[in-house]
Order: sequence, then C-alpha cells, then structure tokens
Amino acid sequence: MKPPSFDYVRPRSLSEALGILAARGDGARLLAGGQSLMPALNMRLLSPELVVDIGGLDDLRGIVERDGLVRIGALTRHVDLQRSAIVVRHVPLLAVAIDHVAHPAIRNRGTIGGSIAFADPAAELPACAVALQARMIVAGMAGTRIVPADEFFLGIYETALGPDEILVALEFDAVGPDQRSAFAELARRRGDYALVGLAAHARVDADRLDEVRLVYFSIGPTPVRARTAEALLTGRPLTRDTVTAAQAALAADLDPPADTQASSAARRQMARVLLARVVMELLDPVPIGAGG
Amino acid sequence: MPGTIPIALTVNGAPVSRAVEPRLNLVDFLRIDLGLTGTHVGCEHGVCGACTLLLDGDMVRGCLVLAVQADGAVVETIEGLSERGALRRLQDAFLARNALQCGFCTPGMLIAAAALLAQDPAPSRDAIRAHLSGNYCRCTGYHAIIDAVEAAAAKP
Ligand SMILES: Cc1cc2nc3c(=O)[nH]c(=O)nc-3n(C[C@H](O)[C@H](O)[C@H](O)COP(=O)(O)OP(=O)(O)OC[C@H]3O[C@@H](n4cnc5c(N)ncnc54)[C@H](O)[C@@H]3O)c2cc1C
Ligand code: FES
Ligand code: FES
Repeated sequence: MKPPSFDYVRPRSLSEALGILAARGDGARLLAGGQSLMPALNMRLLSPELVVDIGGLDDLRGIVERDGLVRIGALTRHVDLQRSAIVVRHVPLLAVAIDHVAHPAIRNRGTIGGSIAFADPAAELPACAVALQARMIVAGMAGTRIVPADEFFLGIYETALGPDEILVALEFDAVGPDQRSAFAELARRRGDYALVGLAAHARVDADRLDEVRLVYFSIGPTPVRARTAEALLTGRPLTRDTVTAAQAALAADLDPPADTQASSAARRQMARVLLARVVMELLDPVPIGAGG
Repeated sequence: MPGTIPIALTVNGAPVSRAVEPRLNLVDFLRIDLGLTGTHVGCEHGVCGACTLLLDGDMVRGCLVLAVQADGAVVETIEGLSERGALRRLQDAFLARNALQCGFCTPGMLIAAAALLAQDPAPSRDAIRAHLSGNYCRCTGYHAIIDAVEAAAAKP
C-alpha cells in the first residue's frame, strides 16, 4: 500500500529537531534509516502528521574509541558497523551480530539508533546492547540523560525514550583481554528476523566463566536475561553437567510465546541448543569472518 | 493537505527537478513521475527486493526511501545501468542460464548481484545465496540465478 499523507521536515541541527518534537509532540515521528518506519507507513500501521527526517544530523554519525570507551552515533548504519575495524576489535559482539540483521540493501540504510529505538523483540542489536551493558545517550530539550540498556527496553516496541527525546548515541566498554562475547541465532533464511537468538558476554578464565550475561531475543516482549542459567554457568568448570544444568534452568528463565513462526516448545528447544553453542564459542572462539 | 516539496537530483546521469508530495516513495517517483518502469514494485514493505536501485552508489529498497530523501542524491536504475553496460556480463549469464522466467525480479537481482561482485569478485555459492537472500524470485527456484552469478564472476 501507499503511506498516508504527512508533512515532512529535515532539521539541520539536533536542537532544531528537539524543538520540532517539543512543539509537535505525539503527532511527529522521527525518520532515521526508514527501514522500519517506511514499512509501517506503507502498511498504514502509523499515520504521523509530521515526519522529522534526522538523516541530515551528521553529528549523530560515526564510531569513535577513546580511553576504553566506544561511542557509536545513532545514525551509524548497519553497513558501517560491518565495516568498522573499531567494532571488530573492541565490540566484537556487534560485528558478529550485524551480519544477521536484515539483507544488504536494508543494512545500507538502517541505523543502530533506529534499531534500538524501534525495539523489535526479534531484533539482534537490542539484545547485544543489554548483553554488553551499553549506555544509551538520550537528548531532550532539558539536556542529555544516560539510560543503561538494562532499563531501556520496557515492552514490545516500547522503550524509555520520551516522545520529545532523540537517541543520539550508544556507548560501550571496549572488551578487555579476559572478556569474550558470543552470538547465535536460528532463522529460516539468512537475514530474516530470528526465531530465537542469544547474545552472550562473560569474563573467561581457562575453563571458568564469570560475570556471565545471557540475553535471549525473539523469546519475549524485550531482550530477556536467563538469570538462573547465568548463575549456574558462573565460577565452576564448564563440564557437560554444568551446561546440561544451565539448559534445564532455561525452563524457569524463559516463557517463549507461540506464533505463526514457531510454537513455545520449539522455541524452548532452540533456546537450549543456542545455549550450548554460545558456551562452546565463549570457550573456543571462531575468528570473526571465519564462521561464514 | 500537506503541500509539495521541490527536489533536485540526478537520475541515470541526467539532472531532474520536480515538486513531490512528502509521502511519495522513490520507486513510485521513478515509475510514475519519470516513466522509468524498469524498477519494479512488489511488496511495498521491504521484503521482496523488486524495487532495488542505487542511491549514491549504495543498493537500497526504492519502496523504503521517500523521494524527498533523494533530494541532492545520485540515483541509478536498471535503465541507466543497462545502457552504460555496467551489467553486461551478468545479463549475458542470466540469459545463458535461464536465470529469469517472468523477469519481474530480474532488475533487482541484477543490481544486487552486481553489488556483490563489486565487493567480492569471486564469491562462493554460499556468499551468493546470503547476499541475494533479500531478493525474492517466484519462478526460477533460485538455482539458475546462483549459477548465473557464479558464471559471471568466473569470466575474466
Ligand atoms: C525486510 C526487512 C528485514 C529486516 N530484518 C531485520 C532483522 O533480521 N533484524 C533486525 O534487527 N532488523 C531487521 N530489519 C529492520 C532494520 O534493521 C531497521 O533498520 C531498523 O529496525 C530500524 O532502523 P532505521 O534506522 O531504519 O529506523 P527508522 O525506520 O527510521 O525508525 C524506526 C523507529 O525508531 C524511531 N527512531 C529512529 N531513530 C531514532 C533516534 N535516533 N532516536 C529516537 N527514535 C528514533 C523512529 O521514529 C521509528 O519509530 C528488517 C527490515 C526489513 C524491511
Ligand atoms: S517492493 Fe520494495 S522490497 Fe518489495
Ligand atoms: S523470474 Fe519471475 S519472479 Fe523471478
């Protein structure tokens, strides 16, 4: 279908954009890469009075590393993440996950900020942000505030962002020498939204894990941490028994929905399979790019 | 009713200026306002890839970009790319391998395949499949398309 009618503005500065949002409130919608907003408009799921195209705010673009922190501007495209040496080196979880986000033509426009703000329960990047305890840098008329990823995702397509706020960047800690990440998802085709996915991050000491974070996606309204399984994998040798116990604990940690894509039981089984895969990957990582 | 907005861009090498409604997407602008009907429209929500075109050199979905967003941009469509011979090898290989039947997906497939060969001149079959995963074909069953891209890549 064709989108409903709307007005369009392309502000030239962040403060101009914030002013427009403050004046127009709920009737306005930000447009970043458009790869989620345009389908929603075309299907007439949304009918904003005003579309505010933030594509011209070049300050919101780019990836920089300084003093152990990596800052990624909200308008940084998926393809820019894929090509970034900083991301491969300091935030490798994103480098692996981004290959699973949509298809090349969509990655050429879609942005990290749009993906985080849209908060699709099946999306990869929100789960990665939670696994890595990213900070969301959010601008409003009153100034800038920082929201931890753990407090950002509130429900299906619902975040801590107010209607008059703009996500300007994400900030990540660069991974330390004793930290590792792992990522796995099951989808029907490369580039489709996951049936179930898992982003993991931990401190690794020989065959032991510490500070384990297991964040599932496409298994609840927001990224879901498997806290019991995390605890069972922490601080003990990773034997077959340890992994089996953590897999069994997922029964309590996860309450997967059934939909046209998969039953709840099938999602539970996939979640167990992915857990074993990421534990193997944490212990014995495949170099980025070698996994296909 | 929102008014129209003036835009000026380059399409297949020629300057174009028009006034457009904000809600008009780029593929409809090309097809309806400019009569360039080589770029097809299938799903209109980003899933099928029939509307694939180049925007400032990047392959994008024409149905997920507004015409107003293309103000100042350089757009290339299947018409322009064919005319300047940019797709010759792929087009010959598609013909030789029967990689099209109804042809609806073909402009998008050719542009997507060309984008792959530009970044990886000798892709594996798996890489070809992964790269074309966003382009639907309802006729060929894909094998002939993968064969054709592989054959075009192998040519010197
Ligand atoms: C066919 C298809 C397949 C896809 N598959 C996947 C997939 O497998 N995994 C996946 O994760 N995604 C997938 N996507 C979505 C894609 O990753 C989008 O790029 C992403 O979800 C949104 O980013 P965007 O920049 O395009 O945002 P837009 O579409 O421009 O915006 C999305 C929403 O976020 C708001 N917004 C955008 N930027 C900001 C900001 N800086 N501050 C506050 N609010 C903002 C907008 O107002 C809008 O409500 C797919 C899309 C398509 C069309
Ligand atoms: S018409 Fe654009 S992707 Fe289907
Ligand atoms: S040839 Fe008919 S859709 Fe591909």
